[in-house]
Amino acid sequence: MGELRLMKGNEAVAEAAVRAGCDGYFGYPITPQSEVMEYLMAEKPFERTGMVVLQAESEVAAINMIYGGAGTGKMVMTSSSSPGISLMQEGISYLAGAELPALIVNIVRGGPGLGTIQPSQADYFQAVKGGGHGDYKMLVLAPASVQEMCDHVKLGFDKAFQYRTPVMILSDGAIGQMMEKVVLFDQIPRRTDAEVVAQCPWASNGRPKTRNHNIITSLDLDPAGQERVNLKLQAKYKMMEQNEVLYEEISCDDAEYLFVAFGLSARICQKAIDLARAKGIKVGLFRPITLFPFPATEVSNVGNRVKGILVVEMNAGQMIEDVKLSVGCKVKIEHFGRFGGIIPSPDEVVRALEQKIIGG
Amino acid sequence: MTEEIIIAGFGGQGVLSMGKILAYSGVMQNKEVSWMPSYGPEMRGGTANVTVIISDERISSPILNSYDTAIILNQQSMDKFEKTVKPGGLLIYDPNGLTRLPERTDINVYSIEAADEAARQGLSKIFNMVVLGGFLKLKPLVAPEYIHKGLQKSLPARHHALIPENEKAIEIGKGLLKAVHLVN
Repeated sequence: MGELRLMKGNEAVAEAAVRAGCDGYFGYPITPQSEVMEYLMAEKPFERTGMVVLQAESEVAAINMIYGGAGTGKMVMTSSSSPGISLMQEGISYLAGAELPALIVNIVRGGPGLGTIQPSQADYFQAVKGGGHGDYKMLVLAPASVQEMCDHVKLGFDKAFQYRTPVMILSDGAIGQMMEKVVLFDQIPRRTDAEVVAQCPWASNGRPKTRNHNIITSLDLDPAGQERVNLKLQAKYKMMEQNEVLYEEISCDDAEYLFVAFGLSARICQKAIDLARAKGIKVGLFRPITLFPFPATEVSNVGNRVKGILVVEMNAGQMIEDVKLSVGCKVKIEHFGRFGGIIPSPDEVVRALEQKIIGG
Repeated sequence: MTEEIIIAGFGGQGVLSMGKILAYSGVMQNKEVSWMPSYGPEMRGGTANVTVIISDERISSPILNSYDTAIILNQQSMDKFEKTVKPGGLLIYDPNGLTRLPERTDINVYSIEAADEAARQGLSKIFNMVVLGGFLKLKPLVAPEYIHKGLQKSLPARHHALIPENEKAIEIGKGLLKAVHLVN
């Protein structure tokens, strides 16, 4: 068993990055995720593993440093919160277009605009539907605990390299700021230059005599060529849909009603399940862990066994669109949300279930 | 066993670190814990609070709107959190600076004059540990040896020389409680 610690979600992300063998972190401070870089700067991984930690001059600079680092096959990441992630969208689209592996962590705060520093889930559409331009997707992970904040860093890097794609961890200010028990995985050594070359034959890290130079670009002015790029990307997304779906079911076996929620909302729904079941309401929870690929078949299987579904999100109704597309129209599906940094309480979730689904 | 606690007061009173020491002690005793601070405009305006949950089971929501125990160290927090204690629950407050005392009759209420006593003994900086001692006297969720380990884990190494003083403060707190209102 690994090392046991009490950590903030943000700190767990930072420590997990070092232990995953990350080569470089580039970021710019913003509440509520500043502890990621603060922790790294205090921990000095440049002395522990040789990992680079750099405060960029802006989020735009940070995401383009990621582009450069990823282009050489290095394991690189950034983190920010909603307004900062908006600034990075052009770079994320370029990463997807150039098929570069990278990890991007969004500790979401309430918006729009500068909004608030309190937690929110209002960046679901941006993360899942492609916040930048062009037909691209990222693999999106939604941790619901500090342990998952740690584990998803490792998983995110693995998938980023497996599929040559940007991966996003979509968390929120509460999970970033709260402390929980976490079991840290053991240090994985950073890859040597030879290992990087072997793992990333596409990378632009010096041309040996045995091959032509590699070019990292998202530009192809020939429409036929660009269509081929798009077809390749779409085939990759199809593979993710077939192979990478993650989800959790809680108390679903005997459920007559269902909550669907991700991240912090799913934690609140777990408490709401206890409160509702104490009143005799048999409700369960379906928690998507990957938001793309969305667990469409799985939520449909559970959703079509119940009398009604309440989708609980800290936004005005975003994931509910994917739930409706997945489950179809035979089951009543309603949304309950709080916005702008307000966290719904477990008993108001139960009330919403009673009013919108059971009594509605 | 699940204990849901809110600790609330001014920034600088050691509210967050009291919660952290309690939570880390729980971890050392192999409990499930969560520590959820206020980090927003409230904190920047002077008040600070933290929700600590200690449980034998997996913790569901880290954010609550009712608590088994409220530990209250200023008037704003009394106004905000007195009503959030579950019926039959526990409220501990330091009367120092309070203008309105708790009025609930369906909960157990104790006062602890921790600020005054800590000042008398030259322990003002660890007044929060005096309060923690009072809480642990009433709810011995974590054994003293695990509190010791929790202090070791949550204090930076350069402050480890102060651990005995912290433990002394906890012991002082255990003797300072006054029952104000008891349900049974």
